[in-house]
Amino acid sequence: MNATAKTTGGNAYNFGFLDEYAKKEVRRAILKAIAIPGYQVPYASREMPMGRGFGTGGLQLTLSLIGPDEIVKVIDQGSDDSVNAVNLRQFIEMTCPGISTTTKTAESTLIQSRHRIPEQPLTAQQIIVLQVPYPDPLVVVEPSEDKRKVMHGEADYSRLLVKLYEDIVKFDEITISHRYPTRINGHYVIDPSPIPRWDVPKLNQSAALILFGAGREKKIYAVPPYTRAEPLAFSDVPFRVEDFRDPAGQRRACNRCGCTSSFLDEFVSDSGSKSYQCSDSDWCDEQLLALPAHEEKTA
Amino acid sequence: MSYVAIKGGGRAIAAAAAVTEFLRAEEGLLNTQVEPLAIAAIQHQLRHLVDRVISEGGVYHPEFASLAIKQSLGDTLEAAFALRAWRSTRPRLSATPALDTSRMRLIRRISSAFKEIPGGQMLGPTPDYALRLLRLELIDESPEAFRSLARDWMANCPESALPESFPKVVDALRAEGSLPPVMPSRIETAFDITREPLVFPVPRSAALATMARAETGSLLAMAYSNMRGYGDVHPTIAELRVGYLPVLLPHPVTGELTEAGEVLITECEVVAMYDAPEAGGKPVFTIGYGACFGHNEVKAISMAILDRALQKGMKDGADNPSEDPEFVLLHVDGVDSMGFASHYKMPHYVTFQSDLDRLRTTQQKSGARA
Repeated sequence: MNATAKTTGGNAYNFGFLDEYAKKEVRRAILKAIAIPGYQVPYASREMPMGRGFGTGGLQLTLSLIGPDEIVKVIDQGSDDSVNAVNLRQFIEMTCPGISTTTKTAESTLIQSRHRIPEQPLTAQQIIVLQVPYPDPLVVVEPSEDKRKVMHGEADYSRLLVKLYEDIVKFDEITISHRYPTRINGHYVIDPSPIPRWDVPKLNQSAALILFGAGREKKIYAVPPYTRAEPLAFSDVPFRVEDFRDPAGQRRACNRCGCTSSFLDEFVSDSGSKSYQCSDSDWCDEQLLALPAHEEKTA
Repeated sequence: MSYVAIKGGGRAIAAAAAVTEFLRAEEGLLNTQVEPLAIAAIQHQLRHLVDRVISEGGVYHPEFASLAIKQSLGDTLEAAFALRAWRSTRPRLSATPALDTSRMRLIRRISSAFKEIPGGQMLGPTPDYALRLLRLELIDESPEAFRSLARDWMANCPESALPESFPKVVDALRAEGSLPPVMPSRIETAFDITREPLVFPVPRSAALATMARAETGSLLAMAYSNMRGYGDVHPTIAELRVGYLPVLLPHPVTGELTEAGEVLITECEVVAMYDAPEAGGKPVFTIGYGACFGHNEVKAISMAILDRALQKGMKDGADNPSEDPEFVLLHVDGVDSMGFASHYKMPHYVTFQSDLDRLRTTQQKSGARA
């Protein structure tokens, strides 16, 4: 009882783990996604050896795009050292011998990220791949994918706008915190992945190509370079990013580097007091280096 | 400081892997003579576990399935996942035509629709009528007694040769007009779910392929909801068969169909109450089909019931979750669902910071209004 498909050594995987047919398919989907900004291109997502939801969609994009001269940066929550980022980076290093990895945003050619876009503006020479759990912003108002597809085609986002309006009636505030629905090039509204609202403006007229990969939901979409990206809002209720001012109205600073213009992680000490630090670890390091005496403020 | 952004992630991952490996080998502390679990022992003695993993992993490779079970410490979801991830790196080289299951080398075959069926009922290996009493004698089973079990069984086995093939019960029903005829025009090239994403509405072959590698428990839960009242299938098992199916592949040079080996499969056909006839036609029973790698009867039956439920949903609209193709097909894959459930263990502090910002702002505003 066996149809033995013996492998050579059992462990002989292709450069980039995926076979070349799979890479070709992903690249074709990427091209289509760039050609139709914000449109979710279905593709036959392959199983990767890490959990669905851990970045398998982003990883398939990365592995399909990666070349031998690539300099890859992998972050999770803005940090290069978060367990999942480390895990993905190790996997990329293992399956793509010869490539280099970096933690420096400026040095990288390809960035895979979960939940953040780096603070340092990206350049036209860079591609950022975002990992996506829910590719469709309409899922909050319509569970059926079949129906959502028609709504997207007709640019019918009225129910989404009604949801925002209901928020304002109930809470006097739009309550969507992250995954903020954003209209691309005047037509398709995308779920920009669980980046905070802080990062949404970075999608607009970005110099770098921004790719989104949803492995479990089998979708790829893109915000091509220099494309309009507008978060949904009303003329009298503008879109707002996270507020990092203290009760006195003063902008909070990073405890470590003193930066007052970055997205901050909040830390609660055992005594209950709060402190703040840059979420983007490379940004924080760069700011620290730029300080006159290189003195590190202690948290 | 309490919850610090996880640092030293690489070291933590390596240490987590090491302690898991320790658990696999922990018995060595108690017994210096301990042997590691042999792949062959898993393949033969835990065969239903292997059957689940080859089916959910979506590749017929009992040896690698056993390896996956070994390295995952017996976690079926993890084992199927590892096998599927290996499978996903293999290119598709060839495709079989539709295989004729009447040619199966059967080990078991029953019908609950008829007392007698052409070719006869054959109970084969099944726990269906066994008392589920713990067999305490197996706690300390002697190797000698164990080794002689199979030999004794073979020695007492009657010589009578089984027929090469058994007729299918549904063929008889079809011949007498109780079932709709097979429409030649509806035989299509099977949808390959490993190479094409599901974009709804999907053809029936895509639904069948998705269910064939679905997680057994998920499929059962959805089928059970239909049986219990959230649905109207009320199935009768026309035939359930388990056996080895010859796999025919086109010869790489001549293109001629050649037997490449055989796979153990379970196949089930359920017949359900008839529909109102199409205009001018006679009423006929409806049929649901289920099949999967390995010996897994619950899975094949569940799949057959859901196939029938989905056909109804696609025709008349879904009245119940189990009749909705999107609801069923997008939620039964073990690799997808376990992965997503697990991902919530990863850090989410950036999005949570954003959540806090919204909560605090709305709290402030509602405080201001009060």
